[in-house]
Amino acid sequence: MSLIASIKDHHSERHMFVGRIILSSVIAIILLGTVIARLVQLQIYDHAIFAEKSLGNRIRTEAVPPTRGLIFDRRGRILAENLPAYQLELIPEQVTDLEDTLAQLARIGLIKEEDIPRFNGLSRTGPRFKPITLRFRLTEDEIARFAVQRPRFPGVDLQPRLVRHYPDGELVAHAVGYVGALSTADLGRLNGADYAATSHTGKTGVENFNEETLHGDVGFQQVVTNALGRQVPAETRDFSDALPESEGPVPGSNIYLSLDLDLQRIATNALEGRRGSIVAIDPANGEILALVSAPTFDPNAFATGMSPSEYNALQNDEGRPLFNRAVRGTYPPGSTIKPMLALAALQIGATNLTRRSVCRGWYSLPGSSHRYRDWRPEGHGEVDLHDAISQSCDVYFYEISRDIGIDNMNMYLDEFGLGRKSGLDMAGESDGLNPSREWKRNAFRERADQVWFPGETIIASIGQGYLLVTPLQLANAVATLAARGERFKPHLVAAFEDPISGQRTIVVPERLPRVSIDNDFYWENVIAAMHDVMQSPTGTARSAGAKASYQMAGKSGTAQVFSIAQEEKYEEEEIDERLRDHALFISFAPLENPRIAVAVIIENGSSGSRIAAPVARTIMDQYLKGSVDAF
Amino acid sequence: MRFSDTPQLFSGRSEPYSNVGNTLQRLHLDGPLLGGIGLISALGLVVLYSAVAQNMDLWIQQCIRLFIAVVAMLIVAQLPPDLLRRWTPWGFLAGLCLLGLVLFKGDIGQGARRWLDIGIRFQPSEIMKLAVPMMAAWYLHERQLPPKFLNLLVIGIVITVPTVLIAMQPDLGTSILVATAGVLVIVLAGLSIRVMILLGLASIPGGYVLWQFMQDYQKQRVLTLLNPDSDPLGAGYNIIQSKIAIGSGGLFGKGWTNGSQAPLEFLPERDTDFIFAVMGEELGLLGVLSLIGLYLFVIGRGLYISIQARDTYSRLLAGSISLTFFVCVFVNTAMVTGLVPVVGVPLPLVSYGGTSMVTLMAGFGILMSIHRHRKLLPH
Repeated sequence: MSLIASIKDHHSERHMFVGRIILSSVIAIILLGTVIARLVQLQIYDHAIFAEKSLGNRIRTEAVPPTRGLIFDRRGRILAENLPAYQLELIPEQVTDLEDTLAQLARIGLIKEEDIPRFNGLSRTGPRFKPITLRFRLTEDEIARFAVQRPRFPGVDLQPRLVRHYPDGELVAHAVGYVGALSTADLGRLNGADYAATSHTGKTGVENFNEETLHGDVGFQQVVTNALGRQVPAETRDFSDALPESEGPVPGSNIYLSLDLDLQRIATNALEGRRGSIVAIDPANGEILALVSAPTFDPNAFATGMSPSEYNALQNDEGRPLFNRAVRGTYPPGSTIKPMLALAALQIGATNLTRRSVCRGWYSLPGSSHRYRDWRPEGHGEVDLHDAISQSCDVYFYEISRDIGIDNMNMYLDEFGLGRKSGLDMAGESDGLNPSREWKRNAFRERADQVWFPGETIIASIGQGYLLVTPLQLANAVATLAARGERFKPHLVAAFEDPISGQRTIVVPERLPRVSIDNDFYWENVIAAMHDVMQSPTGTARSAGAKASYQMAGKSGTAQVFSIAQEEKYEEEEIDERLRDHALFISFAPLENPRIAVAVIIENGSSGSRIAAPVARTIMDQYLKGSVDAF
Repeated sequence: MRFSDTPQLFSGRSEPYSNVGNTLQRLHLDGPLLGGIGLISALGLVVLYSAVAQNMDLWIQQCIRLFIAVVAMLIVAQLPPDLLRRWTPWGFLAGLCLLGLVLFKGDIGQGARRWLDIGIRFQPSEIMKLAVPMMAAWYLHERQLPPKFLNLLVIGIVITVPTVLIAMQPDLGTSILVATAGVLVIVLAGLSIRVMILLGLASIPGGYVLWQFMQDYQKQRVLTLLNPDSDPLGAGYNIIQSKIAIGSGGLFGKGWTNGSQAPLEFLPERDTDFIFAVMGEELGLLGVLSLIGLYLFVIGRGLYISIQARDTYSRLLAGSISLTFFVCVFVNTAMVTGLVPVVGVPLPLVSYGGTSMVTLMAGFGILMSIHRHRKLLPH
């Protein structure tokens, strides 16, 4: 024992130590008591709150997409379906070297070099476990090519998905429309909650207009997820509380269109290599039998996704394949409005069926030297109203136009539905233009331009000047002629079908106010003149009407794109193709109980009777050869 | 009242165990302490099995670590306290050198320089958990108690130097434990209550200075404690999720391996610092209370051993080791339940990890050695 130790008071030291141990123990018990109190608070008093939070932590509601409704033609042939297709997906977290993987995929031709930056961006923004779609639909060949190289691409895989497919896409592209990837703008327009699981939405045509019906209702499924939101298979772990109820999606309704796929094919083929449009309507109910705009495009490209360069190519194509001429294109109707003006003239007494005029090939207003020329330079000689229609004499109409007047012209053309939206069940229809004095007052800024000039009435009488109509409006007007003034709202959707029960809801045709010309005699005479267009030796479209097995009425029209000077002659071959006249033709058949009314417009087609009329004839032949196929 | 008269609970002298008792005595082991440690370790392995998502590899690794730690305890238990005392200054100096070495040559793991690789990989800071209280006890062993001011100053340096070195790694949890172990020696040595209060007041500006030295993440932890919901997905996430885990466990828990917070990765550090939350979720209040009860038993037995100790060195060391063990338990359970800031203190004998377990068991080995060489009391 050292010296210092001897000073130590071992007894008091030990006594103090015990005191300190007791003090420490008391403090320790108080502190652990606090922890225990805290545990009681968390596990007993607040247990319910935390139990709920724990459940909310891991149960996530996942949206399940509904199956999109199918689209059929009037005979039940499929126009839009959902096909299982393999899409190429990449899961960022499973890829070791993203840059390299994308470059390799581009090298074997599965993705495009130009898309790589976009995928790089996508992989950075989303959760790392969420797959990025590189390609929506792979061809058989591409699937095979990827399959053999798959081991080289960890984190890249093929996933089966339902992809919208249009088997005869190019034939119905402008009527059926297409679906495309859901955009932010779409989500603003649509009910966001309903589209929680949907990747595509209708962008144009029937797909767009009937989006709500085709889409169906989203379903819900409760899934167990971990902290990162990754789904965990529920069966691998037995959780003490059962998952809440799930709710299955409700599939979208199927849609039957009034379109006839055969007519679409014939109409599309007839317009092959041309720009133009054909619309065919059933005059008895307003059902659209054909709606074609040429050139067309493949809507499948939109459903499966295309690269920006492919889209730009389509967008910038000179023929404007994406432009729906049938409902958006506006054209001067030319002589096709003559039957309607004839009816208006008879109704208001501006002419009668016996009045005759001499056509010398031109017409001038009294006191003016300006010559309004007839399309036939030598003139038609002495003609009555019937001849003026069947031979398409312009001078006769120039003469009676002064008595009809622009106000009546505007009124009756409007009754036939020209220059106003038809109300078709499709978005984006153009108005066209049916000019009037009032319209001109509002349309021009200069006071001098706001006045309606008598000469403008004259050219309006042969469908030139300001008058602009869409092919759909024109077809609808022909249907009205065919139905002797009865009018229906044109429509594409004939019926909806519940995909589960198979129950169909037929769309009831909507009747519009009839044209206010109720003298049957007028109608029959004008229609007889239209019949002579096709049948009489002097009819303008006699070659197109030859040897028809049914009675057919028609009227050609040739609309000027380019005005020629007073003394010049229109020489088709000398004019640039784009400046040639538009060729128009309207017709319906049979004469009694007509079943089809057609309007054909061929841009820069030069001659309605030579170019457009045979197209109308082919369509009539096709439609009327079969048995009656009312929907 | 005489503490030596405390109930038979901590004495462990009952006849039916005499056979086992003889074996234990020959191995210089203390039965009740060994039993308590054994039960905690066993419960720990059960909870860990669930916390590592039934990953057998990790679980077996922990079993191996536990075995190594028990071996370390057996070896240390054979060293008489006098021998330990004589080695203390050298051990302390060696520890300091290693700490210095770590700052320059250590391996970096999880953003801190804590590991040293000299044949075997270990954290020198762990040595200090024992070396600092041993050094403090050694210094006070032959001096008059309560310690004089000058002596306190010397011990202050003995505590501060390693604490600062460890804090520089940075390893806030271990440095706090090392400082605590040292300070506990002074407190047990009879530091006057007045001085303690004064030091407590002085710690307010001291705390301010410490704040200036803290790493950003450490500051964040303190701030987060004050309002965990301020940043639910950031710094407060751990605490929120651990409270949800414990609270959702309720009285009986969701059942072993049936918890959802841990396997679904909501709970971070579920197999290490936050394993108490896994236990709370799966075994409920009854489970965690059992564990706390076992801890209390071990702490009580340690304190009983310290009272029976033969000399000042043994007494102070045993007391410090027992109370440091308590501090570990308290800090971990209090941080997991959101009572104190998140500092990296594992739950002793339960959390996954090796080094701290070896230190802990070596500490228990010292307790057992001290008990074997205790002052014989009149019965």
